Amino acid sequence: MKIDGDLIKYLESLARIELNEDEEKKVGSEIQDILTYIDMLNELNTDGVEAMSHSFPITNVFRKDEVKPSAPNEDILANAPHKQDTCFVVPKTVE
Amino acid sequence: MAEYEIVCGLEVHTELSTKTKIFCSCTTEFGGEPNTHVCEICSGMPGTLPVVNEKVVEYAVRTGLSTNCTITQNNKFDRKNYFYPDLPKAYQVSQLYLPICQNGYVEIHSSKGGMKKVRIKEIHMEEDAGKLIHDAYSDCTLVDYNRCGVPLLEIVSEPDISSADEAVEYVEKLRDILRFAGVSDCKMQEGSLRADVNVSVMPVGSKEYGTRTEMKNINSFKAIHHAIESESARQIDLIEDGKEVKQETRRWDDTKGYSYAMRSKEDAQDYKYFPEPDLPPLSLSDEYIESIRKNLPELPEAKKARYMNDFGLSEYDTGLICASIPLVNLFEKTVEITNNPKDSANWILGEVSKMLNDTQTQPENMTFRADSLGEIINLLNGGKISRDSAKKVFKAVFEEDVNPAEYVEKNNMGMMNDTSAIKSAVEEVLKANEKAVNEYKSGKEASFNYLIGQSMRALRGKAPASEVTKILKELLS
Repeated sequence: MKIDGDLIKYLESLARIELNEDEEKKVGSEIQDILTYIDMLNELNTDGVEAMSHSFPITNVFRKDEVKPSAPNEDILANAPHKQDTCFVVPKTVE
Repeated sequence: MAEYEIVCGLEVHTELSTKTKIFCSCTTEFGGEPNTHVCEICSGMPGTLPVVNEKVVEYAVRTGLSTNCTITQNNKFDRKNYFYPDLPKAYQVSQLYLPICQNGYVEIHSSKGGMKKVRIKEIHMEEDAGKLIHDAYSDCTLVDYNRCGVPLLEIVSEPDISSADEAVEYVEKLRDILRFAGVSDCKMQEGSLRADVNVSVMPVGSKEYGTRTEMKNINSFKAIHHAIESESARQIDLIEDGKEVKQETRRWDDTKGYSYAMRSKEDAQDYKYFPEPDLPPLSLSDEYIESIRKNLPELPEAKKARYMNDFGLSEYDTGLICASIPLVNLFEKTVEITNNPKDSANWILGEVSKMLNDTQTQPENMTFRADSLGEIINLLNGGKISRDSAKKVFKAVFEEDVNPAEYVEKNNMGMMNDTSAIKSAVEEVLKANEKAVNEYKSGKEASFNYLIGQSMRALRGKAPASEVTKILKELLS
């Protein structure tokens, strides 16, 4: 897969970040290297091998439906850059 | 103008009525101060590990089996990535590749007559998002994560719905199934049932679907109906004017009665789905699925048929009782005690409904013991209390959850069984009403009824009317 300027711009918009031109070049070539490396996997014959969905061979890790106390509101908001009463505050979201 | 037909598919989201969230042990209780039903897991703190609530899986399987789905024995969770402040993790855990239920159907009345199947493509488990509240004063958005992580099922239909009426019936059927299966309370006003509606139109008989639009988060039957009617009419107008329908997401404004474009699908979000690495896959055994199937509660269709066929209730009365799970439970308990379905139904649709209405109470907020109504009916039918008394006892039961038998005893409402006491009371009445007695003896029938009335009054309604009539006849002959 070829990484071009448009794709980098698209990834920026998906990740909600803005890069300057130098950064775009740097990130672009790094992503290209990573993809090229991962492309090596395509050289393997994976016919008949089922896609793995988890790195450990375990299934069915469940929890009982029993209520436990939630965290204190102060703890939840402790690292929030902006808060009001018991809420997080974020920039206005407009549809 | 050409004839058009509507093609509609629905994605119905329902909140499951588990006690805790899908991946953590926070309560799912509605309300509460913002961000007080939140922990490090559902607020998406780094380094935390989600663990699946086993009840969510059970409820999902129950729902699938209740809607004729195949259960995906090996299923798993995926991450749906998007940036929006209602999701603290910046992804929603959902199921894309292997949803837990697939290929089901629900039967509804077709607008063209007869029954038809609305196929269910899939049902998947996912977590709800938080709530954004716009603060006009600070012109900022406040975020409350109390609902974040509440378990949801998304039920995705095939585009098998051809009218607004069919859509409403489909959602009503689903709601009934979900409630009777005991997996969701489906309170639309609390958002526990809401639908995304996909609509397109095509000339009648066409094989090719038109371009569809989607309206998200519609949360009442009326709004679903209105949105489909209005959106299909808008699309037909466009086509008739030689314009094109654009594939887009539209917001339905129910107060204004129209939809407007939100964002077009061309720059639709790229969710970058990938398998959720924090949650091991699920592997549901045949035994597990069978044990759930065996314990499925009676579903709406079967229950309604039983009420009509076995109990002889009318379709109308059956519908009224089955509209509310608390009424169904009260009815079944009452029948169990009285063994008299007709009287039980009449009381529930009469006195119980009247009290609910008079006190503006929702059936789920009834506080009395379910046994009490059956006990009252038994007291009445056994001749132990009069109909008037029975209504008074029920009022006390409804308001204060009193014990019916004790209440009757305490308030001296029991019927007199002592024939000689009734006789002496009637004799007193005859003495006091010589005129009426003479009139009756000279052939005036109406005087007899007058004397019954006077006797019942003297007995304060506590003697069976049949007994009083019998004694009166004896004394006058």
